[in-house]
Amino acid sequence: MKSAVITFPGSNCDRDMATALELASGVKPVMLWHRETEIPAGIDLIAVPGGFSYGDYLRSGAMASRSPVMAAVREAAARGVYVLGVCNGFQVLTESGLLPGALMRNAGIHFVCRDVKLTVENSRSAFTSLYAQGEQVVFPVAHHDGNFFADDATLDRLEGEGRVAFRYAEQVNGSARNIAGILNDGGNVLGMMPHPERAVEDAHGNTDGARMFRGLVEGLMAAA
Amino acid sequence: MKARVFVTLKGGVLDPQGKAIHHALEGLGFSGVNDVRAGKLIELDLADGTSDADIDAMCSKLLANTVIENYRIEKIG
Repeated sequence: MKSAVITFPGSNCDRDMATALELASGVKPVMLWHRETEIPAGIDLIAVPGGFSYGDYLRSGAMASRSPVMAAVREAAARGVYVLGVCNGFQVLTESGLLPGALMRNAGIHFVCRDVKLTVENSRSAFTSLYAQGEQVVFPVAHHDGNFFADDATLDRLEGEGRVAFRYAEQVNGSARNIAGILNDGGNVLGMMPHPERAVEDAHGNTDGARMFRGLVEGLMAAA
Repeated sequence: MKARVFVTLKGGVLDPQGKAIHHALEGLGFSGVNDVRAGKLIELDLADGTSDADIDAMCSKLLANTVIENYRIEKIG
């Protein structure tokens, strides 16, 4: 599996993401700066990492979603290339229109930085194929704007179409229906606030995130 | 030519910052505050002749996220 990791000014999880991808695939990801206008040929997965792109100016993810590289990511996603957005990456994906809804300030105002329990709601996606439906996993979260909002019709559609990939199993940030991660209608774009890339090695204290990357490698190698 | 863009959260969208401001006002002893909603004011200094359609597009494409926010444009001079 060939992957690319986007770096915006202010990204700070890009190297963690690259390490997690390399650990699972054995191939170093291509690092793409925000000014790039093309995704190199042959890339199977693009990761949009966490951080504070452009200092979170205007709204989290707003400036990054209008940067040149995101036009290329949108175009690649439309071709079926897989896209994983984590934390700030999820905010960038909603701001770019690749995923519905918006991430607002946490309901409790505070920045939340801790391990949280999640329930795997959809284990049929390429991102979640190595998890069991309804399984509980623990991923770290670290965000200020993780409060997922969408209107009721959109939430009903997401639930009805099985596009809620992960749900918080505890109260974290006030997200509508405790949604932690969602898929696009094609199933090739996942955005989530918790950090799977921070739970891939024993030294992290927990390796629940490793199966996401291994599942992607297996799934995308089989498809290639 | 200048324009002011007021960006506000849509009704029904929870505003944690407004709530915190509300609590702080109450903490200072101000009673009778029913609700607080926080928003943004963005001032644009524009070339003369910038069309209303362009200003509107600036708002809908970047300045406001219309999933959660409304905007209002006020032209000055």
